[in-house]
Amino acid sequence: MGALAAPPKPTETVAQRVDTRLTVPGMRCAGCIGKIERGLAEIPGIDAARVNFSAKRVAVRHDPQLDEDDLIEALRRLGFEAQAVAANPLAQDDAETRKLLRALAVAGFGMMNIMLLSVSVWSGAGGVTRELFHWLSALIALPVVAYAGRPFFASAAMALRYGRTNMDVPISIGVILATAMSFYETVIGGHHAYFDGAVMLLFFLLAGRTLDAMMRDRTRAGIGALLGRMGRSASVVQPDGSTRRVDADRLEPGMIMLLAAGEALAADGRVTEGRGAVDNSMLTGESRPEPVGVGALVHAGAINLLGPLRVQITAAAQDTAIAEIARLMDEAGQSRSRYVRIADRASRLYAPAVHTLAALAFAGWMVAGAGWHQALTIAVAVLIITCPCAMGLAVPAAQVVASSALLRRGLMVKDGTALERLAEVDIALFDKTGTLTLGEPRPDLAGLDDEAQRVALALAQTSRHPLSRGLAAALQARGVEPAPVSEIAETSGVGLHGRLNGEEVALERAVDDSAALASTLRIGARQWTIPFADALRPDAGDTIGELAAMGIASRLLSGDRPAAVEDAARALGLPAEAGLSPADKLAALDALKAAGHRPLMVGDGLNDGPALAAAHASIAPGTASDASQQAADAVFIGERLAPVALAVRVARATMRVVRQNIGFAIIYNVFAVPLALFGMVTPLIAALAMSSSSLVVVGNSLRLARQAR
Amino acid sequence: MSILAYLIPLALGMGAMGLAFFFWAMRNGQFEDLDGAANRILIDDEEEQQR
Repeated sequence: MGALAAPPKPTETVAQRVDTRLTVPGMRCAGCIGKIERGLAEIPGIDAARVNFSAKRVAVRHDPQLDEDDLIEALRRLGFEAQAVAANPLAQDDAETRKLLRALAVAGFGMMNIMLLSVSVWSGAGGVTRELFHWLSALIALPVVAYAGRPFFASAAMALRYGRTNMDVPISIGVILATAMSFYETVIGGHHAYFDGAVMLLFFLLAGRTLDAMMRDRTRAGIGALLGRMGRSASVVQPDGSTRRVDADRLEPGMIMLLAAGEALAADGRVTEGRGAVDNSMLTGESRPEPVGVGALVHAGAINLLGPLRVQITAAAQDTAIAEIARLMDEAGQSRSRYVRIADRASRLYAPAVHTLAALAFAGWMVAGAGWHQALTIAVAVLIITCPCAMGLAVPAAQVVASSALLRRGLMVKDGTALERLAEVDIALFDKTGTLTLGEPRPDLAGLDDEAQRVALALAQTSRHPLSRGLAAALQARGVEPAPVSEIAETSGVGLHGRLNGEEVALERAVDDSAALASTLRIGARQWTIPFADALRPDAGDTIGELAAMGIASRLLSGDRPAAVEDAARALGLPAEAGLSPADKLAALDALKAAGHRPLMVGDGLNDGPALAAAHASIAPGTASDASQQAADAVFIGERLAPVALAVRVARATMRVVRQNIGFAIIYNVFAVPLALFGMVTPLIAALAMSSSSLVVVGNSLRLARQAR
Repeated sequence: MSILAYLIPLALGMGAMGLAFFFWAMRNGQFEDLDGAANRILIDDEEEQQR
């Protein structure tokens, strides 16, 4: 690497460093942190690496000459699977959460200090002391309400400006009225000040809001992320035989592209010259290199693995197959954004009811002959006591507990509505390659003796060919040490060869170039064939059984060849459809939805993208293409499929708890509201009622942590 | 009762200090990686020094 040759001067290094973020799902222990941070820092060109264990991420500061692939390769050598993270899409959500956390801290500070003063008032402080304490409370409460209330005031003002109402309107009115009333009481030296109630209200609501922000949908970076994988430019052959780089969006059908080995296609086309293989994994999810010859169709996004190819463009820019998939995904995602969250459904009924009740209380007491001051005090008490504290915590508390429990089990849920939707699914659709199967060719090492294994590792670890990588990973996992093979060289399309103790050793493409995937290992005159197979995930059958036990039937939808799909379907006892295009999968989903089903889609390939986006809920494995991970509601890590069934089970448990919470909040109101209406609520009762109802809801939600075990 | 003149400002001041400290910790990124911090204490310092 260039960074080795000329270490840049210190003054330049600062400006020249770039930061890259990678997810490393396999981090599980303190040892991994040390290993990654130390291991990466030793590599020339890398200044520093910092692990974020909670997010399973590594931030690397490095020389711009190292690219993402080099870093992923370096991590692979350390024994960790890694994926690059697209430019930090979480930054904005983080800012929102931080703002709420600050408001929460201020409200907590205010609440505790006002409570300190309130307790003395409740326990009988009178006269000058009470007035002094009320004044002090006002001094704390006014700035605290002004600061910590902003998230609610802003949202309420926004809703009112558009002539609507939301949960924040009664909250804002309640808080402002309570504060204003209390201030008036303080000025005239009255008995009751609700400063503690107003600030406590804000504190509990902010707690709910902060939890909710943590669960907020982490933006789906739709079309852009997807098209980023296409080649950005191509070498176009000119009429005089020379070549010129042309940007992807200026390519036109009919042009001839010259494609070097390792280059990604920038447009769809037909091969006119050359033979080789392309890696279509990003498009189809199929990891096996697809051999291509003259006349073969190749698609944008595929990577040319072997020798140079000449390709005549048949479709470019927005007409390519990948752009079509991106469009389908975008459209399919629209329907999901119309899903109404359970919290919103509840608050749509709740907000008008609370307004009406408070207004009726005020009017009723005025009619009954009470003064405006007493009537207003009672109306404020109604607003405070009906305040949706428990309601505001009911949903996010349960969802945060459930999703952090799931994260510990290797499943990352991307937003709160995902849990709501996962709880409702009644049929599961699985992709085959990479979803039901591991998606990577695993070698069968049975025939190899120790020496052969060591030689195979020495050769395989130097190559980036999918089979070599699979072989190297399997051998490393067994703890095999590489043999001291020298003079290793890789010949494109043939294999690797080197020397060991004067003997020639080689790892080559199998002589028999049939459909079965295999490599040949040679040491001198001896020869072994290493067969590869894409095995089913070890617990695929159990997971499907568990889903069935929950009343969810499973089906297999694959873009793969019928023969391969047939095998998997028979092994798992699933009805299957093979050879489906992305649009076919989408059509199958739409048909199910039209029949009233709520399908769960589990898939990894880009070809599953539209289906993932359209499904009622979707899950993708951590090895899935970027776009599929973006489209899915949840991502699971590791070799086991069990998190899929776990996700549905925990989602259902979460919704049970959410319903219990909302039910409790309603029962609480049934008892508390009459007290408020008849003017029997003092600041002490309001404080007790609010905090105890919130604690009950949070406590109930914490039970979910045990569900995921 | 004159003791209140000292105790109340003292209580408020301590609360405000806690609040200020929380703001500092948040800006400083102390809450970014809670699980990581828990695990880092298990990493051997000796290995660290060999670097």
